[in-house]
Amino acid sequence: MRIVPFIVSAAVTSGLVVVLNTSLLTPAPLGKLLSPQHGVWQNAEAASQDFSANLTFPQLNGKVEVYLDDRLVPHIFAEQENDAYFVQGYLHAKFRLWQMELQTFAAGGRASEILGEKGLEHDREFRRLGMVYAAEIALKEVEKDPVIKAECDAYTAGVNAYIEKLTESSLPLEYKLIGYKPEKWTNLKTSLFLKYMSYDLAAHDDDFELTNAKSYFNAEDFAKLFPFIQDSLDPIIPKGTVFEKQKIFPAAPANVDSGYFNNHDLAVTQSSKPDRDNGSNNWAVSGSKTKSGAPILCNDPHLGLNLPSLWYEVQISTPAFNAYGVSFPGAPGVVIGYNDSCAFGFTNGGRDVRDYFEIKFKNDTRKEYLFNGEYHATKFRIDTIKIKNKPGFIDSVAYVQLGNDWCPVMYDKSFSGGKNTNNKYYAVRWKAHDASNELRIFNMLNRAKNYADYSAAVTNLHTPGQNVVFAAKNGDIALRTQGEWPAKWKGQGDFVMPGYDTAYLWQGMIPQDEVPYQYNPERAFVSSANQKPVDDNTYPYYLGRDYPPYRGIIINKRLNAMSNITPQDMMTLQTDNFDIGAATAMPFIIANMKEGELNATEKKYFDILKTWNCSNDVGSKGVSVFDVFWNKFDSVVYNDEYAKAPKVVMRPFFSTLVEQILKDSAYKFLDNNTTPQVETLADNVTAAFKNAVPQLEKLEAAGKLDWEKNKATRVNHLAKLAPFSRLNLPIGGGYRSINATKVDHGPSWRMVISLTAQTEAYGVYPGGQSGNPGSKYYDSFVDQWAAGKYYLLWMMTKEQAGDKRVIAKMSFNK
Amino acid sequence: MKFFISLILTILLSFAACLFLPWWSIAIASFIVAALIPQKPLKAFFTGFVALLLLWGGLSFWISNNNDHILAHKISQLVLKMDNPFLLIFATALIGALVAGFAALAGSYLRKTK
Repeated sequence: MRIVPFIVSAAVTSGLVVVLNTSLLTPAPLGKLLSPQHGVWQNAEAASQDFSANLTFPQLNGKVEVYLDDRLVPHIFAEQENDAYFVQGYLHAKFRLWQMELQTFAAGGRASEILGEKGLEHDREFRRLGMVYAAEIALKEVEKDPVIKAECDAYTAGVNAYIEKLTESSLPLEYKLIGYKPEKWTNLKTSLFLKYMSYDLAAHDDDFELTNAKSYFNAEDFAKLFPFIQDSLDPIIPKGTVFEKQKIFPAAPANVDSGYFNNHDLAVTQSSKPDRDNGSNNWAVSGSKTKSGAPILCNDPHLGLNLPSLWYEVQISTPAFNAYGVSFPGAPGVVIGYNDSCAFGFTNGGRDVRDYFEIKFKNDTRKEYLFNGEYHATKFRIDTIKIKNKPGFIDSVAYVQLGNDWCPVMYDKSFSGGKNTNNKYYAVRWKAHDASNELRIFNMLNRAKNYADYSAAVTNLHTPGQNVVFAAKNGDIALRTQGEWPAKWKGQGDFVMPGYDTAYLWQGMIPQDEVPYQYNPERAFVSSANQKPVDDNTYPYYLGRDYPPYRGIIINKRLNAMSNITPQDMMTLQTDNFDIGAATAMPFIIANMKEGELNATEKKYFDILKTWNCSNDVGSKGVSVFDVFWNKFDSVVYNDEYAKAPKVVMRPFFSTLVEQILKDSAYKFLDNNTTPQVETLADNVTAAFKNAVPQLEKLEAAGKLDWEKNKATRVNHLAKLAPFSRLNLPIGGGYRSINATKVDHGPSWRMVISLTAQTEAYGVYPGGQSGNPGSKYYDSFVDQWAAGKYYLLWMMTKEQAGDKRVIAKMSFNK
Repeated sequence: MKFFISLILTILLSFAACLFLPWWSIAIASFIVAALIPQKPLKAFFTGFVALLLLWGGLSFWISNNNDHILAHKISQLVLKMDNPFLLIFATALIGALVAGFAALAGSYLRKTK
């Protein structure tokens, strides 16, 4: 043995192994990662992969057969209902495990365990909002309901049956890249996931921005900037509808003017929040309007567009029911879809169910808080947030009792979401904290046979409140603006409220029989697009000010005019790019442009705008000109008034500016208050257009004047890894179009169901059934979706097992 | 002859070890083969190097080819900052080859007398 060369070469070998097994010197453990038998190569799924399998699990009570079709949609046939959920859990895990777990880590404030310190702000915010608190309360409700408990238990067991089989080489790709392993699934994780949906759909409010706007503007200006009423509103439940007799009478506090409306305190705190436009379209038309004579139901929920997608297509068939649609990886059942009798879909209710209360503590220990003139003892929830490669962070959150509800003091001296809170304390009262059992709804809708079943199912939905559309083979259509909504006095919760006076608390919930709905209305259709649900003048309860009016207007206009409708007509409608908001504004823009003051370049762009058909189509340049112009116009109109405003402050909506100008061409804010003369609408329009042109020239030089290139819609990988994302998709639309496709947000599932004797169903989502970036099924639907095309959905029967669309069969035996 | 036997043995033993053990068991496999079948140090290094160049290069090419290189396109952009599946396959082969080469070198020095 040659000692020295041996030691040297052995040391080099060990050194190489250490370096290649860790991230000490290389960006990733390259040896571990690239080993063909362990690393990422193992996730390179063969194009001809056979998914057939014969599996045995003692947890099952009967036999389950799963047929995977050529789009990798599983058709689950189970002898026992709960076995179907076991298999659904198993399949969710098999195809989407990393995403499922990541979503629950995000929901539960555990991002730091994966991301390290940069996840800490997010984690503290989510925990302080009470996400885990809410999930625990919801889980207790599930445990009280034996049917749903058994469903959840089976689902969880299915997920874990898959996790237990994982080896180093079969781990999903992202675990290998980031370097961690999945943990066991629990019912609490399902509950956390559903609360994440509540966060996404029912945690939008502008309370702090509006509070600051109120402190800065005088009452008269404020009313002009943030009006209660939208003139253009075409509500979900049509004007003129007569409502149930009012049973709850919320009363504004005696000191509401001095203590609330005219209180000019600043509340500067601010944090990230869900996208304003998390909304959707849904509608159903009666057979009298369709070619086949059967109702057609349509739904396209607008959400963040990600890969892997939020949705996973599935058919579940048991002796009790047979349902097809999209499911949430993370929860059992079909969420949006249809069964042998009816179809169902959702749009977001969008009401403000999250309010903030200023809390007065006796001192900085936060041990006692003032309420109705007396001090009461605080409860503390002490959380240790684990951080990757660092010691944990201990966060103590005070909970105060406001009325009957314990609410987390989300913002305090130690946490302000990155902004200055002026050393104030704010507790949050969020409807999602209240006990509820959302899985009941899907369980009951999946087996609903008629309108009565549908009504019984949806009234279980408390938060996030949704407009639930329904159509059945017997010809019924319906839509219910469902939710458990706080009964508010006018203006309640628009701003931060005093948290030391009972008078400001929510005074009750709107009784379920006063929740507005439509059942087989005379106009022969129902629809919702997140607009205000009812006419403020006739509905007794306050509904807030933030609703997008335009999609609702155009949908109703189109549906009113349509007859002899086919499913293809509905697909055309869902992908309609017309922008009725822009069309409303265009006449006053054209009429007020001082063309004589435009130079040749400006004239060129104005000609493009003038000839624009107000449709946000692929290849359209007019929409880009309008878009840039409108941003400049908004600035020209309001920036002088906002020059000294607080940083975190509300800006008026597009619809407000349009409607105020249509009402009053001498709208007060058109005048630039920094000049001696009084500016007119024409001055503003022309100045804004001149400001827009340099930006338009830049866009054109970069080849991005065409709308789809300007907008550059993308579907991001959940960890934002560009090679795993789909960028620059050629798709039109925009946030005021029925096709509400924005940059990374839009129709996350498009569905058209014609309830003929043999159901004719179509659907598509911007993703693919596999969450594995190394699979050809990872993004296989994206191009079809971008092109506005659909897939025919196949409600398979067991007799069709030999159909050529079936590419694999998985048998699950006990 | 020794070269070919060592080469084949290293390939087989590395493949078998990786079915049960972590990726770095290729170092153990190459080390054992080099220690059992004495060759000159440089030749031993070359044997281990070529064995894993073939094994890891071959395996990753075979997998990637069956995958229509879908994943290799993406991972090469992520790891190598360029879209080149074949460079990723080569990088994979080279990593295996280097580790195995040095392990075999150590193995041959274990047996080698002056």
